[in-house]
Amino acid sequence: MGNRNEVWLGTLSLMVLRTLATMGRQHGYGLARRIEQISGDRLSVNYGTLYPALLKLEQDGSIRSEWGVSDTNRKARFYKLTPDGRKHLERETRDWNETAAILERFLSPAEEA
Amino acid sequence: MRTWRGWGKRLQAGISDETRDRQLGDELETIVDMHIDEYLRSGMTRDEARRKALIEVGGLEQVRQAVRDDRGFPQLEGWARDAKYAVRTLLRTPGFSIVAIAVMAIGIGASVALFTVVRSVVLRPLPFPRSDRLVALYSQDDRSKPDLENNVSSGDFYDWQKASHGYEQIAIWRWTGYNMSGSAGELPEFLNAGTCSWNLFSTLGASSALGRLFTPDDDHTGAGSAVILSWSFFARRFNADPGILGKPIRLNSRNYTVIGVLPAWFRFPDPKIQLWVPWQVSESANAVSSHFIHNAHVVARLNASASPTAALQEINAVEYGLYAQLRGAGSMEQGVIAKPLLEDMVGGVKQPLYVLLAAVVCLLLIACLNLSNLLVARSAARRREMAIRSALGSGRLSLIRQQLTESILICLIGGALGLLLAVGATKWLIRHWTELPRGYDIHPDGLAIGFALAITLLAGVLAALLPAISSTDATVLAALKEGSRGIGGSLGGASLRKALLTAEVALTVVLLIAAGLLFKSFLRLRTVDLGCTTRNVLAMTYFLRGDQYSKPEKIVNFDTELLDKVRHLPGVEAAGLTNVVPGGGYYGDREIWVPEHPAESPGEHHFVAYRTADPGYFSVIGIPLLRGRFFSDDELLEHDKFVIVNQELVRQYFPSEDPLGKHLRVPWRTPQAENYEIIGVVANSSYELGKPPRPMMWFPILAGIPGNSGDSVLVVRSGRDVTPLTLPIQRLIASLDANLPVKNVLTMEQIVGQSTANSSFSATLVLSFAGFSLLLAAVGLYGVLAYLVTQRTGEIGIRMALGAKRERVLRLVLFDGLRPALLGLVIGIAASRAVTRLIGSVLYGTSPLDPSVFLSVVATLLISATGACLLPAWRAAQIDPMRALRAD
Repeated sequence: MGNRNEVWLGTLSLMVLRTLATMGRQHGYGLARRIEQISGDRLSVNYGTLYPALLKLEQDGSIRSEWGVSDTNRKARFYKLTPDGRKHLERETRDWNETAAILERFLSPAEEA
Repeated sequence: MRTWRGWGKRLQAGISDETRDRQLGDELETIVDMHIDEYLRSGMTRDEARRKALIEVGGLEQVRQAVRDDRGFPQLEGWARDAKYAVRTLLRTPGFSIVAIAVMAIGIGASVALFTVVRSVVLRPLPFPRSDRLVALYSQDDRSKPDLENNVSSGDFYDWQKASHGYEQIAIWRWTGYNMSGSAGELPEFLNAGTCSWNLFSTLGASSALGRLFTPDDDHTGAGSAVILSWSFFARRFNADPGILGKPIRLNSRNYTVIGVLPAWFRFPDPKIQLWVPWQVSESANAVSSHFIHNAHVVARLNASASPTAALQEINAVEYGLYAQLRGAGSMEQGVIAKPLLEDMVGGVKQPLYVLLAAVVCLLLIACLNLSNLLVARSAARRREMAIRSALGSGRLSLIRQQLTESILICLIGGALGLLLAVGATKWLIRHWTELPRGYDIHPDGLAIGFALAITLLAGVLAALLPAISSTDATVLAALKEGSRGIGGSLGGASLRKALLTAEVALTVVLLIAAGLLFKSFLRLRTVDLGCTTRNVLAMTYFLRGDQYSKPEKIVNFDTELLDKVRHLPGVEAAGLTNVVPGGGYYGDREIWVPEHPAESPGEHHFVAYRTADPGYFSVIGIPLLRGRFFSDDELLEHDKFVIVNQELVRQYFPSEDPLGKHLRVPWRTPQAENYEIIGVVANSSYELGKPPRPMMWFPILAGIPGNSGDSVLVVRSGRDVTPLTLPIQRLIASLDANLPVKNVLTMEQIVGQSTANSSFSATLVLSFAGFSLLLAAVGLYGVLAYLVTQRTGEIGIRMALGAKRERVLRLVLFDGLRPALLGLVIGIAASRAVTRLIGSVLYGTSPLDPSVFLSVVATLLISATGACLLPAWRAAQIDPMRALRAD
């Protein structure tokens, strides 16, 4: 698997929220895999980071969890976005885009006359 | 909002911890299973798939711990768990725990006790309202005696009072004493008393508990005699019965009316003062207006709006005016200095107190280092435990926290015991340190308890930090690899321990040297020759005062009759009278002129300490006559113009002439100076142990001058133990005057003991601190070395198997232990050279760099260090190589 980046601190919960928003309810394994997949395998998700992040989101009321059965017929815990979480995601996305746009202006090659 | 909900959930989570933890476990299992499924699909064997899956997930336990740390109140739960664990660990090694707790209890107890004393005596403000505005004023002469503050004369005081605007009030006071006659069968007693201007109490800001305080009407010559009682005297002598108000009591056989009682908290300047009498009633009219009798203390309260310097300037100007005007007529000082009243009362003990405090802080530091050392030794032994726990998922921080908890637990228990110890130690200190001012004010308060808690936690953190950091460092996994055979041991831990030992030894050396110096100074003081006999000599004091002794004949009759009767008592070899014995204090001085010498320039004044003596006194006390003769039996009453002087007076005033037959002009019998013929020269004797000799002169006590000759010390010498004579002599005195109290019945040895009590006290204290830290250092050395030997058993076994001799092993281990001790010794001596300068001023006849003290400290330390190292070294040399190699 080589030198894959660890997920940057603070961005993981945003990725989790986004993944849940597009894919609906998911279990931990699915989430980890999905995030790695979307990143084009450029990220590696550590469960020691993922689970505390899930716990925090759940405590904040952004996600809810319940036991269910997976596609492979295993008993697993599924996480789901709450309405609060959806609002949270929208806000965070706006903030992120804003930040990215600002940084873009700084980092793009200068077009000076 | 969000945070609050989060907290709620966290709280919930904290409560339903176990279910949630189990659920998480199940969840993680599922995830591992899903990974396994995936690897199986890619064609791996089941075992391999499981192994890879576990690696992928990253250790189930670590993930669980990561979640646990983030849930509930991890800090709180962590501490509780650590505390539980720490208690268990401590109980498992009771020997270690008891030693460690005892060490900390003594260190903390001593520090808290000393801090309590320093806080109560030096730091806590005086119990008066706005006490920061109270100052003590003294006359001072910049030119002749810049460092010496002189008592104030009453005449100067009244002039200051008239002129000052910067001080709200100025009051004058001094010590005095009264004989109180017994009534209704009570014993007569001598009372320490104060006399003060009427406004002393209002200056300080005190009001009466019962009755009233003085008014200007009470405080003038010829006023009716009023007296104010201290609360303790009121309670002791009159059973706290308010009926005494308005009633007379007899002082010096004169009636004084009790007008008020002071509150119990008023103990200025000293609790020994039993009652107060107005200034102008107690002092003669001549003394009240005199500018030359410097015998009083002055207290002033600064105006709320006045600047301290301006207020002082004003009085300084008055004083300089008086000096310019009166310097020809008598002794005058040029200026005035002001000191905060608190500083004036406790300034003298500040330095000894701070020396003691520094000593106990050293002791506490040594105790901390020792605990630290013990913990390092243990943490080295627990290296593998740490390694295993770290491998099982403990973060480094939690390992450090664990050790911190243990150390703080030890310190907390030690601190609690230490607090009890401190209460006892404080009581002991107050009882034995008789000359400590404000001793009555000493009690532990919130600040002292806060201080105890603070140093306890500080000590705990300090002691644990070094070992905790060193034992959990990154190389911890190496400990596991070291395998069962720890040959070579953990060298890092050992060098840390040696560094700690070096520090400990260095501190001990500093303490030992300070203690040695103080002790030597005390011994010097103790063996100083007073210049007289001290064996089998008894002294007792009585004051012939009041109307009954207002005529010279009455005083002389009493004295001669008493001497005659005492000399006939069986067991008495000789008896004599004086007003103050050697070692009994400076007493007082008078100005002298030598009429045979040319007149001094105006402003030059000479003062000589005065004493009185009967013809027999010098032979009783054993002060040898150098030239001339003693007083004769007929030199009494008006026929008294004779004086005996000491060698020092001759050296200063008659350096190259025969003093016999010359005269001293002294205002003795009357305020006007008269000529007294020098008839004898005696050897020098000290007025106080350790003070250089001063010029002294003796007048005939049998002149019977009221006021001058009434202060008597009866001195009795016996061929054997003199104490059985005290009762018969007191009975004799009672048979002559049943109302005459006798005080200070003491042998000369006791008088000497009293004047060395303070220096003996601090020397003993510091010496015991030093002894204790020596013990701690030795225990520390022993502990570390014994531990090292156990650790190196394998290595030593191999060395011996390869042919190393037992002496070589002995030497190897011995030097291993002695090296930090020697290094500490060198550092300690270097530090002592700086530190001992600070205590130089409290030493008598001992240089701060006294070589004999330094050498004996070096010897003591080397002997104890060798002793401490010898046992482990010897044990190392006894190791049986075969058994050592087979061990583990």
